[in-house]
Formats: sequence, C-alpha cells, structure tokens
Amino acid sequence: MLKIENLHASIGGKEILKGINLTVRDGEVHAIMGLNGAGKSTLSNVIVGHPAYEVTEGSIIWDGKDLLSLKPEERAHEGIFLSFQQPVEIPGVSMVNFMRAALNAQRKYRGLEPLPAGDFLKLMREKRSIVELDSKLASRSVNEGFSGGEKKRNEIFQMAMLEPKLTILDETDSGLDVDALRIVAEGFNKLRKPESSAIVITHYQRLLDYLKPDVVHVLIDGRIVKTGGPELATEIENRGFDWITKGLGIKD
Amino acid sequence: MRQYIDFYSEVRKTIKSRSCDEMNAQREEALQTFSAQGFPSPKVERYRYAKVEADFSPNYGIALTPIAGKLPPYCFRIADAEPRVRTLYNSVADTTDSIVALNTLLCVDTLVVHVPRGIKVEHPIQISNILKGEQDTMVNRRILIVMDDLAEADVIITDLAASQSRFLTNQVIEVVMGDGSHLSLYEVEETHLLCTRYGSVFVRQGKDSSLHHTSLTLFNGHTRNRLDVQLQGEGSEVTANGCVIADKMQRVDNNTLIDHQVPNCQSNELYKYVLDDSAVGAFAGKVLVREGAQKTVSQETNANLCATRSARMYSQPMLEIYADDVKCSHGSTVGQMNESALFYMRQRGIDEKEARLLLKAAFITEVIENIPLESLRDRLHVLVDKRLRGELSKCEGCKLCK
Repeated sequence: MLKIENLHASIGGKEILKGINLTVRDGEVHAIMGLNGAGKSTLSNVIVGHPAYEVTEGSIIWDGKDLLSLKPEERAHEGIFLSFQQPVEIPGVSMVNFMRAALNAQRKYRGLEPLPAGDFLKLMREKRSIVELDSKLASRSVNEGFSGGEKKRNEIFQMAMLEPKLTILDETDSGLDVDALRIVAEGFNKLRKPESSAIVITHYQRLLDYLKPDVVHVLIDGRIVKTGGPELATEIENRGFDWITKGLGIKD
Repeated sequence: MRQYIDFYSEVRKTIKSRSCDEMNAQREEALQTFSAQGFPSPKVERYRYAKVEADFSPNYGIALTPIAGKLPPYCFRIADAEPRVRTLYNSVADTTDSIVALNTLLCVDTLVVHVPRGIKVEHPIQISNILKGEQDTMVNRRILIVMDDLAEADVIITDLAASQSRFLTNQVIEVVMGDGSHLSLYEVEETHLLCTRYGSVFVRQGKDSSLHHTSLTLFNGHTRNRLDVQLQGEGSEVTANGCVIADKMQRVDNNTLIDHQVPNCQSNELYKYVLDDSAVGAFAGKVLVREGAQKTVSQETNANLCATRSARMYSQPMLEIYADDVKCSHGSTVGQMNESALFYMRQRGIDEKEARLLLKAAFITEVIENIPLESLRDRLHVLVDKRLRGELSKCEGCKLCK
C-alpha cells in the first residue's frame, strides 16, 4: 500500500506539489488527470526519487517503509516501477545487458542468486512477445532509434521483466496512435499481477477505457482537488477541466 | 638532459658492442639532435600537453638489454633480418625529434617484424613488453615492421608491468607498408601509476595499402603517444582509433598526424576518452592534405567523457588542406555523464556505481567494436569492464605476474 500525506515538493526552489494526499491500496488502479503543469509528472518523479526534486514537507509510506529515505534503486527493488513519459536512449548499452543488470540487482537485493543466462534469455523472449517487441529491438541499445510506440512498449516490457508491485504510467498514451495504444494497454493488463497496483497519469479518457481505473483524481496546481470513480474521467472527457477549476476559483 | 648524454659517453662502447652497424651508424646524428634540442618544452606545438622534462628527470637506471630468447614467426632481431630490411631502420621515424633521437641514441636492439610479399599471416603476432625489476628503470624499445607488397598481418603489442617500480619507456615503432599490404596494429597499455610511456609510431604507406591502428590506454601513469602516418601511395587508407580510460592523477596525451601526400586516399580517425577523478587527457590530431592530394576523404573525431568536475580534457582536432577537391571533416566533443540515463538505470534498480560504469563502458565500446579482430574485441570488452571496476587486471595466465 502506498500512502502519501501532505506532500510538498519543489524543483529549483519553485514549489510544484502543495500538499498531496493519496492512498493506493494493493490491487487498485488510480488515474490522475490534470492540465499541463499541474504537477502530475512531478508527483511520479518524487515517488521514484528523482534527484532534481526536493521534498520539503510530508511523507510517503510504502508497505510500511519510509520511501523518501530510500535511494531510487532501492525504491525500484521495493517494487516501484515508473514507465517514463520520455524513455531515455542509452547508446552503447544493449537491452540485454541493461535488463540483466536490472534484474540481477533486484535479485541480489532480495538475497537471490543471479538468474542463469539461459533462463534469463528465455524470460526475455516470453515477456517480449506479449508487447510484440521484436527480437531486433531487444538486441539493440536501450531505446536507441526506437519509434515513440516502440519506446512505450519497451517500458511495458521492462515492467513485465521486473514484476513491480506498483507501476506508475506517466502519460504512456502520449504520442501513441490507436493501435500502439491498444498494444501497450492490453500488454499492461496481461502483464500486471492482480495484487499489484498502478497510478496512471493521463490527459485523456482513451487509455482509461482499457485500464479501467478504480479511482480517478484531478490534480490542479499541486493539489488533488477532486476524487471520484471512473465516471469522473468520462465527465472530464466531455466537459474539460474548466468546471472544476471555476468551482475552486483557481486561475488556469 | 645532461644525465642521458653523460650516460651515453660512459657506455658508448657497451652499447655499440651489443648492437649492429645499422643502429650504430645513426647514433652520432641522434646525439647531435638530442644535445642541440634537449627535451621539448610545452612551447613546441606537438608537445603542448606533455611534461617531458619532468617525465625524464628522475634518475632511472637505463636498460641496455638486447632481445633474447626464441622469437615467433616473422620476428627477428635486426641483426638477423634481411639486409634490405635492416637498411629501413630509422628511415621512417622523425629524426629531428629529440625523444626519437634519445631512443636512437640509447637503444641496443630492434625487433623486426617482416612479412614477405604475398604472405597472409594467419595468427596474430603478439609482442608483450613486460617491465620487471626492483630498480627504477628506463627502457628504450625499438620495433621495425616491414610489410612487403601484398603482405597481411595482425600485430598486437602490449605494455605490461610485473613489478611496482618506477618505469620510463621510450618506444619507437617504424612501419613500412608495401603496395597492397594490410596491417592491423594494436597497442595496448596496461601498466601502473608509476609507469611513464613515450610511444611514437611512424608509418609510411604504399599504393592501395591499408592500416588499422588502435591504441588503447587502459591503465598507466603518464602516457604520451604519437602517431605519424604518411600516405605516399594512391588508394591507401588508414584507420587510426584510440581509447583511453584514465582516473586518479593519470595523464594521457595522444598526438597524431595523418599526412595525405597523394590523391585518392582515405583516413578515418576516432579517439575516445573516459576521464574520472583528476585525470588529464589531451588529443591533438592534425590531418594534412597536401597540394595535389585530390579526392582525399578524411574524417576525424575526438569524443570525450569527463565523469567529474576535476577531470580535464584538451581537444585539438586540426585540418590543414592545400587541395580543392576533397571531402574532409573533423569534430570534437567533451561531455559529462548523461544524468537522465543514470536516473533511468537507477529507476530500474541498477545502483549508481554500476550505472556509471555501464555508461562509461558504453561510451568507448564504439572504438572496440571497430576492431576487426574478433578474439581481441571480446578480450578487450572484458578488460575494459574489469578496468572500470577498479580490478587492476594483471595479465592472467602469465607466469611473471603470479
């Protein structure tokens, strides 16, 4: 379970998150919607420990542990996975070596021996086929020369390899056409463990049609201003955010 | 400087008695050059980034040991080489250079690699220079590689140190490449912090010949490498690559000259440095396209990664063109660790140290991937990984290091 209380965070001295409260129970899918600049990506970056962001107040408790005291890699080992809005290209580091290093680091953290090479490659093949990532991509450098859709599929593939307990999808739908979105979303549904939870950050209803969130939050100006069921996403799709911001007296 | 001249006067007879006529014939001129010039100061263009005086001033014992033991195929002591090969001694090197002159003055023997016309040497020829001894020692080494027309070979020269003394190596390699010959020449330095190396390679290429030179500085103290290639025959090509890994207070300076003297030649140069801690790197590479050397195609790249704020890189790619129908480009970059890549890797669970290591290895992998010899490529990937992990790799399987 993830429990965020009164979270304040800033970047370069500018406060972006102004008191976030959010609880995500095991097995739940939460959607976070909001306009650009509301703080959605900041929230995901703070959860995974991006060094550029400074937490000035509040706490994040993950499975009873103080998440903010852990390094980014330790948070990953504790089962938190971020599907990046813009996956990073790493020329010269092959997908195979990258995934092997990641998986074996996780196993080491959990007191397990490294996975034998044969088993590892078999696992790569299995998970890869689910997101229709072809073998050529898997033998290339991390994200190098991948199309936008391939990069997003590659994120879901990595999620499948690492089997996190909490996945954050940061605008995974951005830059995807309808077919690519379907592959990514269906891949996510197939690969996600039932007891794992997810935070889905998006502008649009489209991705949520596939992912079927249990709870929908609206993030505006660094605060969660509205929380509801899946119907809230539909309403935002139809009416935009104006009716919410107006009600709060916040300038856009 | 005086100490070297005095030493020579004292042991002149010994040196000459242990050497051969072709080498002895060059000593007087070398003495004059060295006495007149002394050690080059940083004002001398090609020594801008070297600290020659400081590197040569310690009181070293000077080794005067001829080559001994059984030599591999195609390798000879100069005295046993064919007369026409012996006469090539000191014919390619820059005799006006005082570091070369010092080598010519003090070196007692030359290892000759001679591949006769049309012979394709199947197995790589490996020459290992192993520095060993309890005393601080200066070594003057000389290698002459003669590739007759249409000859082909891979030559790997490794510099290793088997004891923790202070060593100074002054090495000169001369390469004469006949028409249509192919040579892959690899120089791998893997010594220790107390080792200083001055390495100079001089190459003369004939028609349609091709040279692939790779210089790898994996571990060292202070290193200054010079590579001069004269493309004298039409249709010849050279690939000059290098990679440097340096940290602590290590210093590595590569200074190259690719001299396009005739039309229709190609040169490709790629040097990559990974510098950590307070390491200092320098690369100065000149591509000279002489008048009439039309249709020259040349590309020169120097890319560098400074992993800390205290690491320093001096990069100076140069193009000098006196022909009007050529395709030449040059470029240089100095960058820091890619922070977004680092974070991406950490988010996947790879700890920061390992992530940095993977990024450093990735940066220079291009140079290693360019190596045509597969077995060496595989070995180097392992060596680079070990080097970056701080496991000062000793030459495994070698009796001397056990």
